[in-house]
Amino acid sequence: MSADKQESFSFSPENLEKAKAIIAKYPQGRQRSAVMPLLDLAQRQNGNWLSEAAMHYVAEMLDLPYIRVYEVASFYTMYNLKPVGKYHLQLCRTTPCWLRGAGDLRQVIKDKLGISHGETTEDGLFTMTEVECLGACCNAPMVQINDDYYEDLDADIMAGLLDKLASGEVPPAGSQKGRRGSEPFGERTTLLEKGDS
Amino acid sequence: MQLQDKDRIFTNLYRDGSPWIDGARERGIWSGVKELMAKGQDWIIEEVKQSGLRGRGGAGFPTGLKWSFMPKESDGRPSYLVVNADESEPGTCKDREIIRFDPHRLLEGCLLAGYAMRAVAAYIYIRGEFYNEAMALQRAIDEAYDAGMIGKNACGSGYDFDIILHRGAGAYICGEETALLQSLEGKKGQPRLKPPFPANVGLYGCPTTVNNVESISVTGEILRRGASWFSSLGRPNNVGTKLFCVSGHVNNPCNVEEEMGIPLKELLEKHCGGVRGGWDNLLAVIPGGSSVPLLPKHICDDVLMDFDSLREVQSGLGTAAVIVMDKSTDIVEAIANLSHFYMHESCGQCTPCREGTGWMYRVMKRMVQGRADREEIDQLLDVTKQIEGHTICALGDAAAWPIQGLIRHFRPELERRIEEYRRAAA
Repeated sequence: MSADKQESFSFSPENLEKAKAIIAKYPQGRQRSAVMPLLDLAQRQNGNWLSEAAMHYVAEMLDLPYIRVYEVASFYTMYNLKPVGKYHLQLCRTTPCWLRGAGDLRQVIKDKLGISHGETTEDGLFTMTEVECLGACCNAPMVQINDDYYEDLDADIMAGLLDKLASGEVPPAGSQKGRRGSEPFGERTTLLEKGDS
Repeated sequence: MQLQDKDRIFTNLYRDGSPWIDGARERGIWSGVKELMAKGQDWIIEEVKQSGLRGRGGAGFPTGLKWSFMPKESDGRPSYLVVNADESEPGTCKDREIIRFDPHRLLEGCLLAGYAMRAVAAYIYIRGEFYNEAMALQRAIDEAYDAGMIGKNACGSGYDFDIILHRGAGAYICGEETALLQSLEGKKGQPRLKPPFPANVGLYGCPTTVNNVESISVTGEILRRGASWFSSLGRPNNVGTKLFCVSGHVNNPCNVEEEMGIPLKELLEKHCGGVRGGWDNLLAVIPGGSSVPLLPKHICDDVLMDFDSLREVQSGLGTAAVIVMDKSTDIVEAIANLSHFYMHESCGQCTPCREGTGWMYRVMKRMVQGRADREEIDQLLDVTKQIEGHTICALGDAAAWPIQGLIRHFRPELERRIEEYRRAAA
């Protein structure tokens, strides 16, 4: 059995309950709408990738032909159709991040981990994917690591993040330069009456 | 005179207060919603029309007018409101802040807008990468149900209204309203031909209106403070406040809410610490997200940030995502990078876009090096015109415009690179 084959798949009892609740969110007869959330749920249970077995399982659950599930799974970028590392580094490459040094981050990842777009480290710890705009442009450059956005990066901070992850420590997400959301650095120019958070 | 804090709608933009229902109530959200609903559906739509609100998702279509296209009496089919939270236009990161820091403002708007359009439910389609934002929004939805703000007898109005959150899974095209509907129905996100328009045949074949997060989120304040308050801000036909997302080469990139029509230079200098290295170090600005043509510095000097002003200079306000590029920028590569984006995001349905985006990217890549013939500049321009307007949705246009803007304003730079490459090769 190769690494991207899986004999069988089924939801855990807990996820089966979640799946039923997801299907019930949509109107009667429209259960097909649940295909994306169910694929996401399956991927989460399955170590962050979707096997053929998992897609067949979802198809059966929704009474859909397999191809209808496969075409969805292969259309959207967030479904991983082969295994990825424990930490999936998704580097935003689009112009707003590129202008602020996304290329430096790419280089740090290459230098420290030896991986480029689409590659996984031999120890299975990191996968690197270059992705298009992740919608955090005021906090560029940034990477998404699994579910979390790490923002306001530079080469040194990125190197530090990778070191921590390699040692098993997951640093807090968000701005790595200590600002809240996308407020400006320095003096506020609007919303001057700060409240307590 | 710059917009005052008292006229700002998104008062929790920087998360100074709690995003949750208690914090929302302190900011006035959910107050008087029952009374506003009691004024009737037609009153709400008329008030939003009078406010002059134009859609904040990019196209700038009058929001109240759009709502008025929905059927007033059901033919048996339910009506739906769908909120487009698939924020993916490069440069744009405003809806994310609303969703994670002020989600009840969006939910309140969903109820008011949904009620006005006689919708039974709102589906909020959020881009899949916004996982933590989706968790925050779901928490707010749960709170709103528990507090009786939505669900059966929403806000004590006697009206039943559901809000359902649906996560995408990574596809820019799903920000196009009919692709979004396809995706919500569990299919590939490939746009539908219009007509029929969603107001007649939308989600599940039912009347549907798709609105941007920001458009829906300002509804509550417009109704509470009155149409005339909103329309008194900005310039005629370009009224109200707007979230601007400023990224790229400014000293302090940030989201900021300002009055429509603020001069671009003032926006950058007052709120963003100015252009890196000073105003004279500015090369160009993309004023409304990646899809709109760039503006060279001399236009940036005095252009105003609104729909009509930017259209007059052959660009657009789009999502008001301002991407700033100083003189250190390789402007050809900056646009080639966007061409790569559109190539990646083309859904593959229409030939001009599927083939054209890849073709344009490959030529743009050569233009970066100057590895091209002079005639290819006009050939490239010609191809952009063959794509523009010849596809089901606007992605083809969006792929064409950045290149058209580059050729319009930076043709000498393209020619210089071609000459330089030729000399080096000789």
